[in-house]
Amino acid sequence: MPMLPRAAEYWRANLKLMAGLLAIWFVVSFGAGILFADTLNSIRFFGFKLGFFFAQQGSIYVFVALIFYYAWRMNRLERELDVHED
Amino acid sequence: MSVQGWTYLIVGLSFSLYIGIAVWARVSSTKEFYVAGGGVHPIANGMATAADWMSAASFISMAGLISFMGYDGAVYLMGWTGGYVLLALLLAPYLRKFGKFTVPDFIGDRYYSDSARLVAVVCAIFVSFTYVAGQMRGVGIVFSRFLEVDITTGVIIGMALVFFYAVLGGMKGITYTQVAQYCVLIFAYMVPAIFISIMLTGHAVPQFGFGGSLSDGSGYLLDKLDGLNTALGFDAYTSGSKSTADVFAITLALMVGTAGLPHVIVRFFTVPKVRDARKSAGWALLFIAILYTTAPAVASFARVNMISTINGVEGQGTLRAEAPGWISNWEKTGLIKWEDKNGDGRMFYAKDDRNEMTIDRDIMVLANPEIAKLPNWVIGLIAAGGLAAALSTAAGLLLVISASISHDLLKKVVMPNITERQELLYARLAAGVAVCIAGLLGIYPPGFVAQVVAFAFGLAAASFFPVIVLGIFNKRTNTAGAIAGMAAGLVFTAGYIIYFKFMAPELNVPANWWFGISPEGIGSVGMLINFVLAWTVSRVTAPPPEHIQHLVENIRVPRGAGSAVHIAQH
Repeated sequence: MPMLPRAAEYWRANLKLMAGLLAIWFVVSFGAGILFADTLNSIRFFGFKLGFFFAQQGSIYVFVALIFYYAWRMNRLERELDVHED
Repeated sequence: MSVQGWTYLIVGLSFSLYIGIAVWARVSSTKEFYVAGGGVHPIANGMATAADWMSAASFISMAGLISFMGYDGAVYLMGWTGGYVLLALLLAPYLRKFGKFTVPDFIGDRYYSDSARLVAVVCAIFVSFTYVAGQMRGVGIVFSRFLEVDITTGVIIGMALVFFYAVLGGMKGITYTQVAQYCVLIFAYMVPAIFISIMLTGHAVPQFGFGGSLSDGSGYLLDKLDGLNTALGFDAYTSGSKSTADVFAITLALMVGTAGLPHVIVRFFTVPKVRDARKSAGWALLFIAILYTTAPAVASFARVNMISTINGVEGQGTLRAEAPGWISNWEKTGLIKWEDKNGDGRMFYAKDDRNEMTIDRDIMVLANPEIAKLPNWVIGLIAAGGLAAALSTAAGLLLVISASISHDLLKKVVMPNITERQELLYARLAAGVAVCIAGLLGIYPPGFVAQVVAFAFGLAAASFFPVIVLGIFNKRTNTAGAIAGMAAGLVFTAGYIIYFKFMAPELNVPANWWFGISPEGIGSVGMLINFVLAWTVSRVTAPPPEHIQHLVENIRVPRGAGSAVHIAQH
């Protein structure tokens, strides 16, 4: 197995980043779109009630952004810690 | 040109394109057949994944379903997109690093057990057949509605086409036809959506129209819908009728099920690098999101349109004699039915006993071009789009079935000594047989096809997802834990669904559900059971051997792709 002195550091950083992003994933969909949808519905966002907006539009946009951010952040992390491919 | 003429022309052109791609993408090795040689560009793979993922149901039925469900439709919108976040963060990069061909491959190697591999093979085949039956039926229905051939002929044409490119080109052929199919289906979906949005709200972007005001000056579209819905006895469009617990459970089960479906996971084995797997998941979700954020807009436009056409602007009902042409066109197909209960010659749609209409949800997408008074070629486009959606999903599923049989069952367990050339032959044979079985299921659909969709997601959520995630993130999880977890998750989920869907369907009401969770959402509980049991059993039994722990360490780091497999074998 190749020597990767910073592999453990890389894994910890990855777990931390993932935990943060999954928290956002949960908050926009299950939080804003479901559990707190009724409360948020009293707020208007253009023609939407806010809870409804998160349930049918907003959470999907956030999902896309989360994945691209994760991909970008991990690429940088891998180069910094010298665990990237090739 | 007539609608029929345009439909033949556009469907014919799209089919020639797929066949051309299939001839160009012939393969000669198992690696090309199973994972397209691992050389697919991440954006191409994103498009292929999107086409693979979006089925006939997403294309034809989803907007209509949401249109009738209102807020509750969010379970599909979030459930079928949120899973990609789990895929990109928890599964895809590591499975790509693992660098083999199938999901049972990973489970069998990581848990160093042929029993675990077999459980995974059975699940993969069952989930995929469940799903593929619906796709072939979808092909038949599109053919019969738009080209006026009978369903059987339609299914056979679809089978012949999928047979051609799946058997010839394997994953490589499927991938590049899926890229073409994505382009066809998204164009076909967006054109009528954009026109309807302009017609109703003046916005060219349907997502803006969704949150915008109506052009006739009657305020915001969604406020108008809430008003219409409550006046007619329905729940307000933006609030829905399912319990919060059930919406939560269904959304979770669909998300986790999406991330656990073998035909989705396997797409991430086809990209060259670990970083491509992550990026590719982002592209896939972006391409999916274009349709998934448009669908709820189409749903709301179609509902406003439908109610104002049927009930009239004054809400007093429209005289049948004065109704627009699309109503009588679709009445012929039986998708709209009108029964003049009060004998006033006017149509009326409501939830209570004033209602005189029976409306099939599929009409919301299928009749869109006519409602928006679009030219005939747009109708041909919808037919080609529906076929693209159904065929691309069917092909992806058939490949999973074929690989499960030739690779996981024959090569890995039954006859490990066959050469690569023989394995490829078996893979093609298995794909051919699978196409025929799928076709038969499409021609003679078992009565329970609609019922078993909950099965596919529930089982994927309760079986694959937890053991793959634990396999990557927890070195301590061992064979005993994985098998116990998968078995318990499966038995629990399948038992609950079978009980409420087949044994006692009359008891399938919220009052009888555990914690208010419907059979559609029970996979999320099955998943938790799997996680807890796999974890606990692993703690009280011997840890996995050292080379497995090295394998896990290896797949966690991108450097040195390909070497993971070697370590597992030493």
